[in-house]
Amino acid sequence: MNCDELLKALNEFVDGDVESSLCQEFKEHLAGCNPCQVVVDNIRKTITLYRDGVPYEMPPELHDRVRECLKAKWKAKFGA
Amino acid sequence: MDNLEPDDLELLRNARAGQWEAFETLVTRLEPRVFALSMRLLRQRQDAEDATQQTFIKVMENLDRFREEASVATWVLRIATNHSLTMLRKRRSQRTVQLDMPHDGRADETPMPHPEFIAQWRDDPADLAERSEIKELLGKALDELDEKYRVVFTLRDVEQFSTRETAELIGITESNVKVRLLRARLQLRERLTSTLGDADTQLHPADHHHS
Repeated sequence: MNCDELLKALNEFVDGDVESSLCQEFKEHLAGCNPCQVVVDNIRKTITLYRDGVPYEMPPELHDRVRECLKAKWKAKFGA
Repeated sequence: MDNLEPDDLELLRNARAGQWEAFETLVTRLEPRVFALSMRLLRQRQDAEDATQQTFIKVMENLDRFREEASVATWVLRIATNHSLTMLRKRRSQRTVQLDMPHDGRADETPMPHPEFIAQWRDDPADLAERSEIKELLGKALDELDEKYRVVFTLRDVEQFSTRETAELIGITESNVKVRLLRARLQLRERLTSTLGDADTQLHPADHHHS
């Protein structure tokens, strides 16, 4: 496996759903290729940062507005 | 205390039986995720707020249709995604023809971009997540991503829908989802590493060869 082939198989490796023979080749390449190691590490960190971070706080006034709107519709649907 | 609280499914069943309090609790629990998902997909606060409200109206109207095959959260996020995708399609149809170009699928066939700036990050994601300038950076990097890559990245990597679910939600093939996800990951990596990477550790892929 060379760097280009590694790039193509990157998703499967990062997601952990690569078949074992390909996974072995991937690991062998990584062991001898520092730039690819760093790229894989960067991508893992990128995903973690987006997945675990909470960049968009729910505005409190939206909470109230949604509640009011739903309550009115709820009454119409189920009665009081 | 926590384990005495009803789970989402119990809340949904009680809501279905007409209990407003159960529905309200469920909404309170899920709305931050729905809002964050809508923000990531739509990139406009007003639209994301509308999408959040519309999502829960739909949830309420469809309480009887929830078949309990997926988790309540997944079902609600799917409704939210569908709503946002419809809004994106409407936006696109309102734009002029030339602006619609990036969505014709051809960009998926251009060669995969190669990593350029390769360096270790100076900090761990756990230490970065709470910093306000990092939140801004994450938002900017998402804004710079073509819409079709942003949508796939959000659904696959942030919301963790499967490749198949993502393909079904967007209406593209699974292999298209994979290609778009790889492009999204590479582009976001490049963008974030250009700011977070430690230049002292920079590596040059062109300098090394494999036998």
